[in-house]
Amino acid sequence: MGVMKAAVLVFPGSNCDRDLAVAFEAAGFQVDMVWHKDTSLPAGTDVVGVPGGFSYGDYLRSGAIAARSPIIAALRDHAERGGYAIGICNGFQVLTETGLLPGALMRNSGLKFICKAVTLDVTTTASDFTNGYDDGSQVVFPVAHHDGNYVVTDETLAELNGEDRVAFRYAEDLNGSTDRIAGVLSKNRRVLGLMPHPERAADARLGMTDGTALFTTLAAAGVTA
Amino acid sequence: MKARVHIMLKTGVLDPQGEAVRHALGSLGFDGVDKVRQGKVIELELAETDPAKAEAEVARMCEALLANTVIERYDVELV
Repeated sequence: MGVMKAAVLVFPGSNCDRDLAVAFEAAGFQVDMVWHKDTSLPAGTDVVGVPGGFSYGDYLRSGAIAARSPIIAALRDHAERGGYAIGICNGFQVLTETGLLPGALMRNSGLKFICKAVTLDVTTTASDFTNGYDDGSQVVFPVAHHDGNYVVTDETLAELNGEDRVAFRYAEDLNGSTDRIAGVLSKNRRVLGLMPHPERAADARLGMTDGTALFTTLAAAGVTA
Repeated sequence: MKARVHIMLKTGVLDPQGEAVRHALGSLGFDGVDKVRQGKVIELELAETDPAKAEAEVARMCEALLANTVIERYDVELV
């Protein structure tokens, strides 16, 4: 098995792109940074990382403009081929705006920007992102968002629950999210979007390491796409 | 030709910002405001001169970008 390759997308206003690259590298990935105006991913990309930040200043809706960037067609092809992708915070908002993940992220119910470490329930370990965690375990990741209030239709919610696609739930209500949902998986379980930041909890020097397992598990998943 | 797009949250989608505006109005002494819903207005200047074509084109723009139809609905008005 070769080295897993990650591509981190960079939009104007991304601010967690470097953190995400560092977390991928620490887990053994070879990382390329990919500008949003590019139209293809580096050859052999296994995982696409869509980072946090405030792409395009959150104009129109969080993630809306980034989701229509030139690179997104390549991301869509990659995902449709069964490639892995992870969208964190603004990256999750971008993935919902592309339609690669269901639902939408609205203004937090309390209207305040929330920046703190939160406890999450690992809701499913049946994915290459979460199978490094024990069933029923909890993790602590930081959150830093204004628009993290996950909204889905009742039908989609039933589908997500029925297919075991909720990856993480806030242990307590944080931002008004439906069913306390913090992160969801695509139908093929290869695309994960979540508001909390595992990449900010992946270095002991920064005080939190619960995010490490997510990246190392993914690195061990093997070359796929 | 000019088009005006009104974008509102769908009925049933909670609008925390509208709710905050309602509270603020109440604290300013404006009683009797039962509900506030906040939306967006987007104005477009179009080269198209045929109203039917313009309306259809703007509807496509709404579906593609201007509205997130998971949570929002839109109305197109030609002005």
